[in-house]
Amino acid sequence: MTTTPSRSTAPAPRGSGVHPAARPVVAPRRPSQAAVVRALSRHAVLICVLAVVLYPLLWMVGASFRPGNEAFGTLGLWPDNFTLDNYRDGWSYGSLNFSRYFVNSLVISALAIVGNVVSCALAAYAFARLDFPFRRVLFALVLATLLLPYQVTIVPQYVLFNQLAWINTILPLTVPKFLATDAFFVFLMVQFIRTLPRELDEAARLDGCGHLGIFLRIVVPLSLPAIGTTAMFTFIRTWDDFLGPLLYLNNPDRWTVTLGLNGFLDATGTSAFGPLFAMATLAIAPIVGFFLVSQKLLIEGVATSGLK
Amino acid sequence: MSVREGARAGGGGVGPAVARGVAGDPQEASVPAAPHTSSRRRREALAAYAFLTPWLVGLVGLTLGPMLYSLYLSFTRYNLLSPPQWSGLANYQAMLADPRLQDSIRVTVVYVALAVPGILVVSLLVALVLARGMRFLPMYRAAFYLPSLIGASVAVSFLWRQLFAGDGVFNALLGVFGLEGRTWIGDPDTALLTLVALSVWTFGSPMIIFLAGLRQVPRDLYEAAEMDGAGPVRRFTSVTLPLISPLIFFNVLLTTVNSFQAFTPAYVISGGTGGPANSTLFYTLYLYQRGFAELDMGYASAMAWLLLVVLAVFTAVMFATSRFWVYYGDER
Repeated sequence: MTTTPSRSTAPAPRGSGVHPAARPVVAPRRPSQAAVVRALSRHAVLICVLAVVLYPLLWMVGASFRPGNEAFGTLGLWPDNFTLDNYRDGWSYGSLNFSRYFVNSLVISALAIVGNVVSCALAAYAFARLDFPFRRVLFALVLATLLLPYQVTIVPQYVLFNQLAWINTILPLTVPKFLATDAFFVFLMVQFIRTLPRELDEAARLDGCGHLGIFLRIVVPLSLPAIGTTAMFTFIRTWDDFLGPLLYLNNPDRWTVTLGLNGFLDATGTSAFGPLFAMATLAIAPIVGFFLVSQKLLIEGVATSGLK
Repeated sequence: MSVREGARAGGGGVGPAVARGVAGDPQEASVPAAPHTSSRRRREALAAYAFLTPWLVGLVGLTLGPMLYSLYLSFTRYNLLSPPQWSGLANYQAMLADPRLQDSIRVTVVYVALAVPGILVVSLLVALVLARGMRFLPMYRAAFYLPSLIGASVAVSFLWRQLFAGDGVFNALLGVFGLEGRTWIGDPDTALLTLVALSVWTFGSPMIIFLAGLRQVPRDLYEAAEMDGAGPVRRFTSVTLPLISPLIFFNVLLTTVNSFQAFTPAYVISGGTGGPANSTLFYTLYLYQRGFAELDMGYASAMAWLLLVVLAVFTAVMFATSRFWVYYGDER
């Protein structure tokens, strides 16, 4: 048994010539031999793709447990001699200090999540539910900024933050999130809020709720899936961000995890593969962890909005 | 009844709302039905702008204002330490005669031209296989999507550096088949290809979009096409392709725009230099070097505007040609 009908109507095997009208009453039936072969070959193809996709990551995890005297050019996934030394060494390699980097990354990511969720939800509510002058023009601007290359704003933003004396602080990485600069999330939430039944708003209005009340009591609780997707993607993007910290955080005390990893390059060339891969594994572990917990939500977010 | 008419009767194009939103009318009319008094109207508008305040501040202060300032800077010499000095078209003239810029344009165009078709073909093929209603589909889908989340990270870029190093894993794999390896990262002929491979490895995100669309294609269309005598190829070109063309449009647009802006892998793999021999000098990396290593903010701004114009023209061409090849069903 290899083919599983996804819905209650079993898809008729190709070429069997079943009349469409007969389909809804098709009883569960044994798949033909040809169908089994086709399904098996599809799985074979997918497993090959799966191997290519996952092998590099599994190899890196394996390498992070590999003692320094084992070669790092081997195909094997698991080291002959398992060791945790790389994690101990990498955590404070040379002048690097990953305790600090993880705390810094966490603080920035947490602030970014709060900022993005609040500011994007506020804007999305206005676009999805309220009527106001220039609404169409402003919403067109949301869509236009979706495609705006960030390079156009990094130089002037750097000049601005430099004049505000924000260099070497986390402000350039967090304050913009409170101003809904990620148009993607505004768009995502607008699309979601539009699917909510308007009758609830009207009922709340008759009960005396103002717009803020409707937003807080009706729209926000019902939008938790979209808010969750926004929070997850914000976390992943902020945690992974390299260019932002590279521009704004020069002082090693302020570094994020991504800058710490990059520090291996400056400190050692690339000879210290073990500690490097140990820290690289830790750097992507929160992302993979969050993904495994919330993958259904994330994937629906991608499917409905095209987020990367 | 032709297949295409069947698709029309079957109820329209398929795809995530954003694909239609971006490609088509951005906003369906959703003005509240209740009759408005003018004071209520005014209150609603005031409330709306209160809700929009953070976004408006960001739009003006961090997007539109900086864009204009960047345009101004592109006509100046500016090193951040002394005030900008008007220099007319000097930056743009310098760009015409800058061999490193030309290298970076060539590298970026080659990268985009290889990575975008690579990602789209792989993602569509995998989505077509998955769309048949597989067992373990959620597991496959999640695993294929994972690289999209971490493909631009420093960690994975370092991993790539090691995989394709002279004594790296890829050469070990070639050795199993008795093939001679090389230092893929260190060789100007192949360094860019490793970045293309990294990009294609992150095919999961467009794949999920294709998959969501393919699973919405009504089955009776395939059956109708089959009864009309269409073979598998014909069914693909006459049913599947038209119905998912909004998604192809969307994925081509986004993947291309994103690929032009890739930065981290090239920075990490080349140690920030764009080497060897400028072979991984992405446009964005060169812009970063000019702006933030050499503090040549005017030149970097001019480069940013060239990129903006190129992407705007590309986007405009995509939209202008979309009505010839993107099928929107009953929507218009």
